[in-house]
Amino acid sequence: MADLRVNVAGVEFKNPVIPASGAFGYGREYEQFYPLSKLGGISVKGTTLHERQGNPGPRIAETPAGMLNSVGLQNGGVDKFLNYELPSLMTKGTRIIANIAGSTVEECAELAGRLNGSAVDMIELNISCPNVKQGGAAFGTDCTIAGQVTRAVKDATDKPLMVKLSPNVTSITDIAKSVEANGADAVSLINTILAMRIDIKTRRPILKNNVGGLSGPAVFPIAVRMVWQVANAVNIPVVGMGGISTFEDAIEMMMAGASAIQIGAAIFSNPYAPIEIIDGMNKWCDQNGVKSISEIVGTVNPF
Amino acid sequence: MYKQGKYPITEKCAAAKGIFDITVKCPEIAAEAQAGQFAQIAAEGFFLRRPISICDIDKEAGTIRFVFEVRGKGTEKIAELNKGNMIDIIAPLGKGFKVLDADKKALCIGGGIGVPPMVGIAKEYGERAAVISGFRTSAVAILQEDFKTAGCETILCTDDGTAGIHGFVTVALEEYLQSKKPDIIYACGPMPMLKGIVDIAEKYRIETQVSLEQRMACGVGACLGCVCRTVKDGREIYSHVCKDGPVFDSKEVDFNG
Ligand SMILES: Cc1cc2nc3c(=O)[nH]c(=O)nc-3n(C[C@H](O)[C@H](O)[C@H](O)COP(=O)(O)OP(=O)(O)OC[C@H]3O[C@@H](n4cnc5c(N)ncnc54)[C@H](O)[C@@H]3O)c2cc1C
Ligand SMILES: Cc1cc2nc3c(=O)[nH]c(=O)nc-3n(C[C@H](O)[C@H](O)[C@H](O)COP(=O)(O)O)c2cc1C
Ligand code: FES
Repeated sequence: MADLRVNVAGVEFKNPVIPASGAFGYGREYEQFYPLSKLGGISVKGTTLHERQGNPGPRIAETPAGMLNSVGLQNGGVDKFLNYELPSLMTKGTRIIANIAGSTVEECAELAGRLNGSAVDMIELNISCPNVKQGGAAFGTDCTIAGQVTRAVKDATDKPLMVKLSPNVTSITDIAKSVEANGADAVSLINTILAMRIDIKTRRPILKNNVGGLSGPAVFPIAVRMVWQVANAVNIPVVGMGGISTFEDAIEMMMAGASAIQIGAAIFSNPYAPIEIIDGMNKWCDQNGVKSISEIVGTVNPF
Repeated sequence: MYKQGKYPITEKCAAAKGIFDITVKCPEIAAEAQAGQFAQIAAEGFFLRRPISICDIDKEAGTIRFVFEVRGKGTEKIAELNKGNMIDIIAPLGKGFKVLDADKKALCIGGGIGVPPMVGIAKEYGERAAVISGFRTSAVAILQEDFKTAGCETILCTDDGTAGIHGFVTVALEEYLQSKKPDIIYACGPMPMLKGIVDIAEKYRIETQVSLEQRMACGVGACLGCVCRTVKDGREIYSHVCKDGPVFDSKEVDFNG
């Protein structure tokens, strides 16, 4: 048994495996398959200040080795999260990452403030959702605004702040440096990649929103590249995600520089993916003489 | 409880050209499954699972049955599985049909590949059920013997008139309701057909449950991908077909949404 504990911005996780925001709801569904206490943590569905209905359907399209989604942050709002989801989630014995999004800088700050004093362990500020018209990716693709919103949330919160970055940019390292300079305690990446599919029979997009975010194994090499670049550009911890579906992927992502990893779309195909990844990592460490998983973070030896 | 596992296929046959009928031995799923629920079936080489209704449940034998049509590459891949092969499923998923008391009568209406989900619920009522099935043409008119064996009255419609009534199920429905009054209607099929059925059912004030389809990712209610427009407590909201449905009370569904 290797030591799988990792520390991200002062928060200790019992293992580095965290279901990604939007892939796991608040844990209620997948708890029917395994106890949530096995997981390092859970990044909950993106929460906004007020309830959001999200985009019309279809919201899902299959792609080679992945999928598109255009959910559009459907959620019950922060009050429902605090009064209904959190009280149950905090009894599960796993770290809780509150994924938050807002359409203005002020709204993001207010939302973060509402979580002060709660059982939430960490905030993940989503400045990268490709499926909403305001805020979302508009924050995450501009260095100045990304910095402003990070600063405003940092000033409003009493929790460690992780900022979730968009891959839909020319230089993800510039955005990462800007959020680091403005108080981010960690960054997570990548969110989904803006994409599209068309039904050639009807000549219409499959998604009602026309475009959506690509995730799943198809994006994995892009995510590894971006995590590696960002890990080399900033001094705060990086949480890596995008296409991870096996323990080998998870180890690769950690070698690229991720202190912990999140798993999204792979859970839809295999609900047990997070558990299989934890078990696989454990065995891999034992077989490779790795005593503590955190030893491997960023150990890729580049040419 | 949701279960995921690989289970053996114990029977397979073609119900019609391009339509397959498979029986899977999975006692722990069969024990909990209800008519109207569905499974998420893995298609090797494809990222997302395919949602397929549980057509019939044999709790004693510990088996469930799926009847599905090859519509694209994923269902084509699933159709390659044979007797003895293992099939990877997550089930039982969603809310099934509500079953009324033992003195009540039901009318089940299925259109095309919406007919298979009617087998389980029709069997619950046996002789107290009538089944109206609509197909494009007689060559794809499946499952009629299953309904007859269960004791149900069967009314067959084809779009091209090659068997039964020449016309849509809505024609047969109007005619049926002129002489009989079921306590509940169950319907599954294309949206325009469901809308037509619900309009008629409302006129005759008969409670109706419809089974809906939407593209899915997780199938368990976590990803929020599979929306349909519904009205709940006077409020319009996006519900999720995989968890709130696939069976909905017709009054909740916004058929224009
Ligand atoms: C709750 C539910 C129950 C169903 N029950 C049955 C059944 O008993 N028998 C049967 O033959 N069919 C059933 N279907 C439809 C079946 O899921 C689709 O025909 C199948 O997913 C098509 O997959 P494909 O790879 O062959 O087609 P493709 O068009 O290549 O599939 C591409 C993607 O679109 C999705 N998709 C395409 N059509 C549909 C659809 N109509 N509904 C949902 N997703 C779709 C696929 O799942 C896949 O993700 C049901 C659908 C739902 C939602
Ligand atoms: C259906 C779906 C919903 C998502 N919702 C959110 C969300 O609410 N907030 C967020 O920050 N990311 C969201 N994401 C992005 C994921 O958290 C993750 O960044 C992305 O999917 C890449 O990881 P993956 O390839 O493992 O899925 C969503 C992804 C999917 C597939
Ligand atoms: S398919 Fe994920 S919520 Fe329905």
